[in-house]
Amino acid sequence: MNEDKNNTEVISIKGLSKSFNGVSVLSGVNLCLHPAENLAVLGRSGMGKSVLLKCIVGLVYPDEGSISVFGNEITEAGETKLNEIRQNTGFVFQSAALYDSMTVKENLLFTIEHNHRTMPDETKEQLIDETLESVGLANVANKYPLELSGGMRKRAGLARTLVLKPRIILYDEPTTGLDPFTSREISELILEVKKKYQASAIIVTHDMTCARIASDRIMILHNGRFIAEDTFNNLKKSKTAEVMEYFVN
Amino acid sequence: MASETFHTPNFNKINDFFFDIGNLAGFSGRVLRQVFQKPAEYREFLRQSYYAGYKSLPLVGITAFILGLVLTLQTRPVLAELGAEAWLPGMVVVSIVREIGPVITALIFAGRVASGFGAELSSMRVTEQIDAMEVSGINPLKYLVVTRVFAATLMVPLLVIYSDTIALFGSYLGVNLQSSVSFALFFKNAFDSVNFYDIAPATIKTFFFGFAIGIISCYKGYHSNKGTEGVGLAANSAVVSSSVAVFIIDLAVVQITELIL
Repeated sequence: MNEDKNNTEVISIKGLSKSFNGVSVLSGVNLCLHPAENLAVLGRSGMGKSVLLKCIVGLVYPDEGSISVFGNEITEAGETKLNEIRQNTGFVFQSAALYDSMTVKENLLFTIEHNHRTMPDETKEQLIDETLESVGLANVANKYPLELSGGMRKRAGLARTLVLKPRIILYDEPTTGLDPFTSREISELILEVKKKYQASAIIVTHDMTCARIASDRIMILHNGRFIAEDTFNNLKKSKTAEVMEYFVN
Repeated sequence: MASETFHTPNFNKINDFFFDIGNLAGFSGRVLRQVFQKPAEYREFLRQSYYAGYKSLPLVGITAFILGLVLTLQTRPVLAELGAEAWLPGMVVVSIVREIGPVITALIFAGRVASGFGAELSSMRVTEQIDAMEVSGINPLKYLVVTRVFAATLMVPLLVIYSDTIALFGSYLGVNLQSSVSFALFFKNAFDSVNFYDIAPATIKTFFFGFAIGIISCYKGYHSNKGTEGVGLAANSAVVSSSVAVFIIDLAVVQITELIL
């Protein structure tokens, strides 16, 4: 990795624009993520939050702008470099995106086997047990995704990401579709993960409770642009109409 | 307006067709490049070969047996009228080995396996499982597509050999329903009628059938993008397109064989 030791930003995005079929989704977005920081990107549905995350991992190619992850430019990275960056950048999907033909344990094992081919079997087993334990899923290791509840699937998706010990975790709507109690548990889990793994995170959400519990800093994405950036408490005091909308309830 | 009443060709559909062909060629190129990249996904290749090949044995076997039997029963009266009943085993074996065996087996394979490949990959695309692989540092093209395409490429020729053999047993039964021919005489007559030039082109084309079925079905599934509806469309389109490809390849191989031999 070309990471500059003096560089304090693990992700740096400048002037990012993306449109689909002529409709602009992101226009000139700037963002930076610091080491061991949880940044929440708040915004309504359809504001381009998920597209932003997909641009960071190279799943969507931006029209303009630069995305630097650990000092490596994503838009110029070749396949090998991109894979190297992705091994350090975990992505937790909104739907969890678990491999449905495999059990929870096999989901984790599959990811390890393809990234650490020489790792001894005992170490793999130990890593899987530890990771499942850390997300509270030790008792469902042999269950298939269809047998799990929504909250469990989100945890399993997070476990599959954590098994690679990423330095950045990107959460796409981690609490969507969950009841308030499970949603709170997941938000607290995100905070625990930050403490335990010392990983930075971008949490894309429209859930204010999740943003409040899990993040150190919040950026509000509105119509393809960031309109505000601060801590939860400071943003709550904002007098800007568009920002106030998010804090009405 | 008068011009609206004329039936003008739909150029968008023609454009889409050629666009699809171009994309398929690009996709095939990407898949072939992945074959030479390490590490190889042997385990997944064997798993796919098992599902595509071994699991197709009953269907291919039953169809081939009935095909050999029916072909014999229907050809017999014509040959009897001409007093050429002795040619029956030879005629049936040439028809089966050169044309009917490879094409029917490839079509059955397209129906059973291409729909499975298309639906499975499309479903994985819709549920973001393919994206999940990509962001986990796993190459989905290599793991999901290369393994399936090469399983299909190798399994179709093997299934064709199996199906040709079973069809001959069906034909033997057909001959013996109305007369009595020994097993040895039937197979001697049959194999005396075929030569290298019957078998070689027919076998070579089955590799192309397998590759076409594999690559088209994976392409349709991998690039599916219309949600749940897309899964059905991908499965359907995988079967239709790969069946058409089988006929086109068959036609091309026959023409090339005629020119060369």
